[in-house]
Formats: sequence, C-alpha cells, structure tokens
Amino acid sequence: MDKCIACGTCAEKCPRKVTDEYNAGLGKRKAAYVKFPQAVPLKYVIDKDHCIYFEKGKCRACEKFCPTQAVNFDDQDREFTLEVGSVILAPGFEPFDPGVYDTYSYSHPNVITSMEFERILSSSGPFEGHLVRPSDHQEPKKIAWLQCVGSRDIHHCDNGYCSGVCCMYAIKEAAIAKEHAGADLNTAIFFMDMRTPGKDFDKYYERAKAEKGVRFIRSRVHSIEPLPGTDDLAIQYVTEDGRITEEVFNLVVLSVGLQISKDTLELAEKLGVEIGDGRFAATSPFQPVQTSRTGIYVCGVFQSPKDIPLSVMEASAAAAESATLLAPARNSLTRKPPELSEKDVAAQEPRVGVFVCHCGVNIAGVVDVEAVADYAETLPGVAYVERNLFTCAQDTQDKMKQIIEEHNLNRIVVAACSPRTHEALFQETLKQAGLNKYLFEMANIRNQGSWVHMNEPEAATEKAKDLVRMAVAKVALQQPLGEMQLGVTKSALVVGGGIAGMTAALTLADQGYPVTLVERKDVLGGHGRKLYSTWDGQPVAPFLDELIKRVEAHPEITVLTKARITDVQGFVGNFHTVLDVDGQRREVDHGVAVIAVGAHSLKPDEYGYGKSDRIFLNLDLDQAIGERDERIVTARSAVFIQCVGSREPDRPYCSRVCCSHSIENALRLKKLNPDMDVYVLYRDIRTFGLRENLYKEARARGVLFIRFDLENKPVVQVASDGTLKVTVKDHVLQRPVVLTPDILTLAGAIVMRESEADELAKMFKVPVNAEGFFLEAHAKLRPVDFATDGVFVAGLAHYPKPTEECIAQAKAAASRAATVLAKDSITAGGVVAVVNKDLCCGCQGCVQCCPFGAIDYLEREGKCEVNQALCKGCGTCAATCPSEAITLLGFSHLQLYAQIDEALSA
Amino acid sequence: MQNPFEPKILAFLCNWCSYAGADLAGVSRLQYPPNIRVVRVMCSGTVSPHHVIHAFQRGADGVLVAGCHIGDCHYLKGNYMTLKRMKFVQELIRFAGYNPERFRLEWISSAEGVKFAEVVRDFTEKVRSLGPAPSFEASPRLAMGL
Repeated sequence: MDKCIACGTCAEKCPRKVTDEYNAGLGKRKAAYVKFPQAVPLKYVIDKDHCIYFEKGKCRACEKFCPTQAVNFDDQDREFTLEVGSVILAPGFEPFDPGVYDTYSYSHPNVITSMEFERILSSSGPFEGHLVRPSDHQEPKKIAWLQCVGSRDIHHCDNGYCSGVCCMYAIKEAAIAKEHAGADLNTAIFFMDMRTPGKDFDKYYERAKAEKGVRFIRSRVHSIEPLPGTDDLAIQYVTEDGRITEEVFNLVVLSVGLQISKDTLELAEKLGVEIGDGRFAATSPFQPVQTSRTGIYVCGVFQSPKDIPLSVMEASAAAAESATLLAPARNSLTRKPPELSEKDVAAQEPRVGVFVCHCGVNIAGVVDVEAVADYAETLPGVAYVERNLFTCAQDTQDKMKQIIEEHNLNRIVVAACSPRTHEALFQETLKQAGLNKYLFEMANIRNQGSWVHMNEPEAATEKAKDLVRMAVAKVALQQPLGEMQLGVTKSALVVGGGIAGMTAALTLADQGYPVTLVERKDVLGGHGRKLYSTWDGQPVAPFLDELIKRVEAHPEITVLTKARITDVQGFVGNFHTVLDVDGQRREVDHGVAVIAVGAHSLKPDEYGYGKSDRIFLNLDLDQAIGERDERIVTARSAVFIQCVGSREPDRPYCSRVCCSHSIENALRLKKLNPDMDVYVLYRDIRTFGLRENLYKEARARGVLFIRFDLENKPVVQVASDGTLKVTVKDHVLQRPVVLTPDILTLAGAIVMRESEADELAKMFKVPVNAEGFFLEAHAKLRPVDFATDGVFVAGLAHYPKPTEECIAQAKAAASRAATVLAKDSITAGGVVAVVNKDLCCGCQGCVQCCPFGAIDYLEREGKCEVNQALCKGCGTCAATCPSEAITLLGFSHLQLYAQIDEALSA
Repeated sequence: MQNPFEPKILAFLCNWCSYAGADLAGVSRLQYPPNIRVVRVMCSGTVSPHHVIHAFQRGADGVLVAGCHIGDCHYLKGNYMTLKRMKFVQELIRFAGYNPERFRLEWISSAEGVKFAEVVRDFTEKVRSLGPAPSFEASPRLAMGL
C-alpha cells in the first residue's frame, strides 16, 4: 500500500468490469479499483471476488503495468488484537430495500431509491451529474418522490418508526434536480406528514414550495404501475378530499428509510449490547450514548434514526463518555516526536533545488522531463536540478536530505503531482534536513499537466516549464515562517445552569478540568424544573435532582448563581471574563467557554391565552397533571392546538418538541380518564424517530387528530361563563367542526430573547441567526463549535430540542472543549495573515470580513492587528485591504504577483 | 504562415475545492486545452481585484477564479467575499473597456473534476473566440485616465 501512487493504471488496464456498489449499482467499475475518487488513503485495491487472476489463475495485467510494483497478489486478510479501554459503536444503517413493496414496481428501471437518485445527481456518479433516467438515459420531465417507504410501516416491514431524514432529503433532491434540469422540471413529493423539524429545515421546505415550485401532495400512494408502450409510470392516489387521481411520471424515486443491518445486530449480540425498539441500540434519554454495557457507547443511526448534524453531535458525545472513562489513562500511551533544529537561512540569497519527477511514465510519458529539468537550470536562483523516477520514494527522500546539505540549498521545488497529496511528505523531508518546512513549493505537472494534456506533449512540456518557473519565483520570495506556542488555561466557563449547562460542566469536571458554572437565576435546573417526563415517560425530577446534587458537590465545579457576564477578553486557551455575581465583581480566567443559556417558552397572544384558567401551555399542563389538578381530574374533553407561534411567517421554524409533548400529555389524560375526548389540532405530526410509537399509541387509544392549515387556523372563543369553544375546519369532512373542551392546551413555540443572546454573542464574538439562536460553525460538520475557536454551544440556545438531544449536545460541546484543554499549548503562526502597521489606515475592512473574529482594531494605535492564534489563513482580509497592508504569509501579494508575472511572461 | 492565436488564461483556484477538482480531472484523465496556468490560493476570497487586473495588465487573455460552492467554503464565508468582490471586478473590467466575458467566476467542488474540465474547455474556447485581449495601455478607457 505504501508503494501505490494512485495513478489509476491498474484500473485502466484491468479487463474485468464489475457492478459499482458505490454508484448504487447504476454504473460499472473495474476489479482493480478505488471505491470513490476522494477515498482516504487514496489507494487502489483488487476485488478478490471478481479478479480474473483469483478466478482463473492468470491475467495479472495490473501487476504488469503498475509503475511502482505496488500490486501484491499474496496479500492476506490479517487478524489484529487490540487492547482498549472503551468501545464506540458507529456502524450506521442500511437503506431499506423496497423490493418487498409488491405494488411499487421497484424492478422497473425507472423506479429507483433515493440513494440511487443521489448517485445520479452526483458529479462523480454514473452519469457525471447529468439528470437522466436509467431506462433510456433521457432527461425526465416529471419526477415523483414517494415518502415513508420502509418507515412508519408495519405491514410491508417491521419499521414502525419514522426514519427522520427522508422528508428533508426528498426536498433537497427535488430542489437540486430542478437546479440541474431547469425550473420546468415538474417535481412532486407524495407524503403523509412533512417532517422538517431541524434547524432551518422549515425555511428550506417553504422555499422549495414558494421559490422552486416543488409540489407537495399529502397522500400515501398505493401503487406504481408501468405505463404500457412507454418507460413511464402511472401513480394512482387519493387526494385529501377523497378524489381518486392518476398522474404519469417519467421517473419515480422511493424515499427509503433507514434500518439496522443484520451484521450490526450480530455485532451487538457479540458485544452483549442490548437492542431496543425498532432494533436500535437500547439507550436512555438521560444517557443517550450509553449502551446497556458499561464502557460501550453508541452514536449515529444505530442509536436511533437521525441526520448528519445529530450524528456528528452524538459522535462527539460518545467521545466525551469514552474520554471521561479513560481520563486517568490520558496521554499514557502517546509518544512525542523528536525536536528538530532549524538552520537560519532568512538572510541568505535563495539557492533553489528543483526536483523533477518522472512518476514512472505518468509524467515522463507525456512531458519531456529532461527539457523541463534543463530549463529549470536556467532560472534565477536555481542552484541544483535533478530528475527522479519517483521523487516521493523513500530512497529519493533520503537522497534529497543529503543534497540539501551538500549543496547548501535553502529553497526546494518539486515538480511532480499535487501539493494536496504530497506537500506534507516533502515538508517532512525539509524539516529532517534542517530547513523551515515553508521554504517549499510544488509544480503540479502531473494532475494538471501530463494527465490532462496526454495528446499534446509539446504543449504539456511548455506548461510544465511555466509551472516550474512560477514555483521557483514564488519560493524564492518565501521566508521561513515561525510557529509559536501559546499556553492554555486548563479550565472552562459554562454559561447557563440548565440540563445542558450542568451536563457540559460535569463532563469536563469528570475529566479533571476545573469548571466555573454561571447561572443567571438563584437556582440551577433551568427549564428541566418544569418538565414532567421525557418522551418515553421517564420522570425528569429525580434525574434533575441527582444532576444538581452532583454538580454542587463536584470538587472541580464552582457554581455561581445570580451571575451575569459583563465582559469577555482574550481568545482560545486564554479567555478572561468579568462577571457580576449578585452585585459583586468577579474575574475568571478560562481556556474555553460553553454557551448553554437555554431559551424561553412563548407566551401566546392568540387562542384566548390568558383569558381562561382552563387554557394551558404544555409545561403548565405537565405540572397540573402531576398535581392532579381539579380542572384536569374533572375534565371530560380536552383539545391541544399545535404550532402556536411556530411555523408562522414571522417565526418560520418548527419548535421540534411540541408534537411529542402534546401527544405525551394527550396519552396521560387518556390514562387518567379513558373516556375523556381528546383532540389534537395539528398541521403536520412531527413525531420523528422512535417517537412515532407515541403517535401510534395515541391513535390506538382513541385520541383524535384533526389537521388544519395556516390559512384556516382554529378559532377559540371564551364565553363569559368561562366555557371554551374551538372551531376548526376538518380536511376530511371539508366542514367546520365545533369542539367544546373543558381544557385547552396550546403547544407554544420555544423562543430566544434576542437582546440577551445578542449581548452574549457580541462579547464572545459569535453569531446568532435571524431568530436569535446561536449559529454554529457548520450546520452539519461542526454542530457544537463556533467559527471562533474555543467557544462552543449546547442546548436550546442552539435550537429547540428534547432533553436527550440537549444532553448529547452538552456532552459533545464538552468533548470539543476538552480537545483544547487537553493540550499544553496552542500552535499559532505558519500560514497566517499579518498587518504591516506602517501601511494600515485603520479602516477595519479586514475586521468585518474575517470569518473567525481574528482581527482586532487597536483603538489607541488606530491600526488593526491579526491574532495569530485565531487566524486560519484564508487570506480574505489580504484581498479586502485596499492598501495591501495585510498579507497572507506563504501567499503574499508579492508572491502572487510574481506567479502572475511568470505565468504570463512566456 | 502566422501561428493561430493561443489564448493565455490565468486561473486562481482555491486549495480546498477547485484545486482539488482540477486534481480529480487529472486522476480521471479528462482532457482539456493546455492554455491555463493555475495559481493556487488558500481561498478564492484571497483573490483581490488588484490580482485580476494585474493579470490583464501582464497580458492574460482570460482570468478564471474558482472556489468552493456557496455554503461549502473551508473558511465558512470566504467565498461570499469572492462573490461580492468578483461582481465588482466584472464591472471594473467592463469599465476598463474589456469584454467582461474574459473574466469568469465558477464554483467547482473537489468532486467536480468533470465540471472543472468542462469549464476550462468552454472558457478557453470563449476567450479564443474573443481573440487577443487589447494591451492594457491600448484600452480606450484607460487611455482616458482610469
């Protein structure tokens, strides 16, 4: 594997074509192949099951043509035994196989799964991103998506749960399909409930409807029939008002659900991990990533159905659990690399060494490498040139080290492949030879030369010369770049003493890091104090009491109640925060901060809220049921109204928890009094994941669900004698229904108080979104980080979410924070921006454009300054600065201009 | 006989997406015209109007800037800056008397080797059809004292 240079010759020469599983069976690959173009490590493998040599004993074409003798037919599977302290299970899911739906014609080439459609849309897919259908490779004019295939279904399969991701991916696929094919493409999504309860998901749904013109049809489709004489398909469905309709589509996509594979279940059995509902790993909302076996943790879809942000969050949470368990062993097995000394060459004239790589025949087969090398010798500053069969080979590296010393070279150019794959390797050699690793440049004469101009050897050679000239000019201007180490204050500040904040504090403290926990109110607990139970019926109070007790007793946690943050200075590893604690000033040094300030429940200004003591919010109802309140015990009829203040034009998000909360309470009322009439007035029931069980149970127990539209919201009247009248238009009956409940519960939105959030956000230099929720660095990949290093987010302050997600997110935030605290120092410098203060006019254009809050304006000097610990080296500031006072080290203006000049000088 | 016109095209590619897309075009052996010279930058947001104008000044017939798709920027929002800036560049080039089609901004991901090759092919042909760029000094607007 060390020898493979990923040139792809083996795949090119391999005569055996195999169905490509990566493209969901829609394309072909070879038996010698790389699974996908961005595979890491990028190494080709031989598929033993399909290789002609393994089948028939001869062929070995790949071995013959491989330029580096990297093919080893004798390689064997090997077994490894690892001693570990904990195990994290992240085996993922398998997409549901829709073959069992006998009326969906899945065997028809134009009935495909959503996974197959993803590959069709992908530029690395079977049709290179052109949207065509499989049967005739024609562009479809009309595409249908069918939701809940293999989800919310206990007839065709045993998947009663909601897979939680399909609504969103279907909308995305429809929107992207329209981007590919143009606005005229007719897209229709057939669904039961539109479940888009994630952060910013509803906005996406509304945009798909209004701006993209995606059609949404509320209907469970019974059958898909091939249309004789064509490649098209007919879909028959019943509209909401009961009409039977038929439509013809050119392509039908089945939105298949997520399920746990047999292999995973076998693995779980081997590990002694208990399986729960829906064949997911059994966990508790209070310990969301802890399996039934101590030391074994779970994350991702094996925990329960979920999307990427939640999976990533849980992954960090599982890492936190593992890190806590293994805290005493931290760093006991790590090794430190030897320190290398560096020659001071800053004052020397450039002596550039140029190494031109043949890459076997990959470069030399097209480019006249000898001519390139000869040309390189003529360039200013070049002191040494040589050619290598493979510059990246270990023996060449050893030789390069010698040559650098013998010829006293102080800059190196390698003309070969891509810096993206090989820069680090050569930089390591430079370091070994005592040179600063930044005194290096690559000329990409393979990926962007010989491979793409195979039939134009002369032009490819000229281009290679130009690229070498550009690289030499650039490297000659390169100065050694220093990296400095900044200390880390190994303690954390957690803002907010609710479930999320306390969990984050405990997770860090249990790993041995001191934590200051700041709470505005005089008690810990936050909204957890008002919650009666989790969605699956576990009481919250005992858990919360225990949590508070542990936090207050923990030797590493300092709890400050009645405390408010007034000022934050510093940066990752070195924050200095000023607090007002019950009127007293207090200062705290800390290395990281977790923002877990929570959110608030909306006090509705509609549906008669406040006009009758029989109108509740869900949190009040929790309490009233718990106390067996007279109003509850005597009630014969109850109504719940959903989406109160959520999914409205001026609050266009779903509060995520209200459907489950209302249904949970509806069930509690039914248990209290099975004869009670209970109605839930809803827009979409969003009992995602295993919560679907609640919905099923509620219907089985006779809770009635009536759907309404935003345009026809229910009307509540409170009579002078206090009786309630609720009028709602029933979609099935197509007429108004009048209900006279004894109690009415409003599922109010979860909201941020924007001024509070804004104040804190400004102090920590982190952003909030339009609704006041804190905005993470990346919705999918960095769900608990901020773009500003060292600050993390958890709980409702990020977005409305249920208890178990708050806990997972809090552990995730602690996990991410611990990656900073575990270090003794933070490396700053390298490729970062610097301000030439003599040229800076203090306009602060750079301060505003920096995505990382790394640039400060120094009032006293009237100049700007880059904090090298925060700078990520994008260089956006350098391009913004009108006087080019800022430059990105390693990509300086001077270097860019030199490259431009050289590129165009020939 | 005179040599046919071969346009000189300069490309600024961001390290994380478009440069990787260009690498993938190579791995996939997708062929495109050899007129392009690539300057690797960490982010498309680091390309300033100065750089683009400088390229035209030094005789580029076309300039391509390519970065990550909006929303995919390695530096979160560097390419938003690119978008804003390059709109300005387009106007600046037009004002200077150049055909704005000599400048192109594209979003090319690391998976879009095919797109990279297509863009280079298409842009090279476009610039070829426009003929050699006027020398900077000869630009009528600039002669008026830009």
